[in-house]
Amino acid sequence: MSEHDHDHHHDHDHSELSETELRVRALETILTEKGYVEPAALDAIIQAYETKIGPHNGAQVVAKAWTDPAFKQALLDDATRAVSTLGHVSRVGDHLVAVENTPQRHNVIVCTLCSCYPWEMLGLPPIWYKAAPYRSRAVKDPRGVLADFGVSLPKDTEIRVWDSTAETRFLVLPMRPAGTEGWSEQQLAELVTRDSMIGTGFPKTPGAPS
Amino acid sequence: MNGVHDMGGMDGFGKVEPEPNEPMFHTEWEARVLAMVRAMGAAGAFNIDTSRFYREALPPHVYLASSYYKKWFLGLEDLLVDKGYIAAEDVAAGHAVQPAKPLKRGKFTVGDVERIMVRGKFGRTAPAPAKFKPGDRVRARNMHPLTHTRLPRYVRGHVGVVERDHGCQVFPDTAAMEAGENPQWLYTVVFDSAELWGPDSDPTVKVSIDAFEPYLEAE
Repeated sequence: MSEHDHDHHHDHDHSELSETELRVRALETILTEKGYVEPAALDAIIQAYETKIGPHNGAQVVAKAWTDPAFKQALLDDATRAVSTLGHVSRVGDHLVAVENTPQRHNVIVCTLCSCYPWEMLGLPPIWYKAAPYRSRAVKDPRGVLADFGVSLPKDTEIRVWDSTAETRFLVLPMRPAGTEGWSEQQLAELVTRDSMIGTGFPKTPGAPS
Repeated sequence: MNGVHDMGGMDGFGKVEPEPNEPMFHTEWEARVLAMVRAMGAAGAFNIDTSRFYREALPPHVYLASSYYKKWFLGLEDLLVDKGYIAAEDVAAGHAVQPAKPLKRGKFTVGDVERIMVRGKFGRTAPAPAKFKPGDRVRARNMHPLTHTRLPRYVRGHVGVVERDHGCQVFPDTAAMEAGENPQWLYTVVFDSAELWGPDSDPTVKVSIDAFEPYLEAE
């Protein structure tokens, strides 16, 4: 959301604005007039979220783990420390835990109480992650939830659901797709979807339409 | 509190409906709300646990009917009024008509943005040795505080196994009430589906929570 957009919206007739939009603007006016915040600082926060965080960060971590066994082990041992060694990934806070999918076990991440999510790795969470259907059912009927995403697992695969009830943040390390032998980290990162790092999807398959 | 925010295991909310190509924000005001919450928290008006508690404390019909960022806005406004940073008269006027209250860390400016893009640290020095270790069987306490807690209802009274020890961390139950960080040991505790959901549940499912030591008793 640029400064330009912000100004543009101010030119709109107020009759076009929703009650919520008016209330949000009023609160920002109050906080600014009281000297609590600089509007330019709010612009800068939004710009940072729009440009610095996102699933591309998590995808780089996953792709490196797929190609570098020592990094993968370090990631599973202490994800915060392992990720902090990657200079090109935005700095991650403490308490990151990576959990590995295997043929025997599939991991799914949820926050039943609110919306806890690894922002630095995946960006801001999508609406479905923060909404009642996912938060209520993921811990009780994860196979049903996965079916809503078109994801089906063998019936004897263990499903491990991680409810993010504290400040630990979880990143799923999905299984590397078959047919990617010899691929570079960058090529592999293109296959890693956001949902595959939450556990509600798989990485893309090589050659399949995206 | 036993609020509607504690959704694990509830029925009737329907299918999960992902939105294709979902934008980061659906309206401009959503982005402004996110930024105001982050800025006022960083300036010292509240901690993350207090802000969560104010969203949980919204009336159930409001919580369920409001969009995500609408809940953030309503919680923020209530919190700032309760803590004296803004007055009802300010809100009614749409302008600051009452004097400001000093913020713990002062005005939030552009120079503060970079530091809030890295998550805070919640680990603290342990005041006492850990009571539990990986492999221990523990029961989640049957507790129902009227204030903030991070022990979801669906595990209360049930037995699980400690799987990981995360060290000592800020205790949300007291931090939310501004009653101190009160560091407590934090563990990942894993439960079998039959223990939580009965003998007819899917036997391939295991569910874990991260539980602070006061939420647990030895089994």
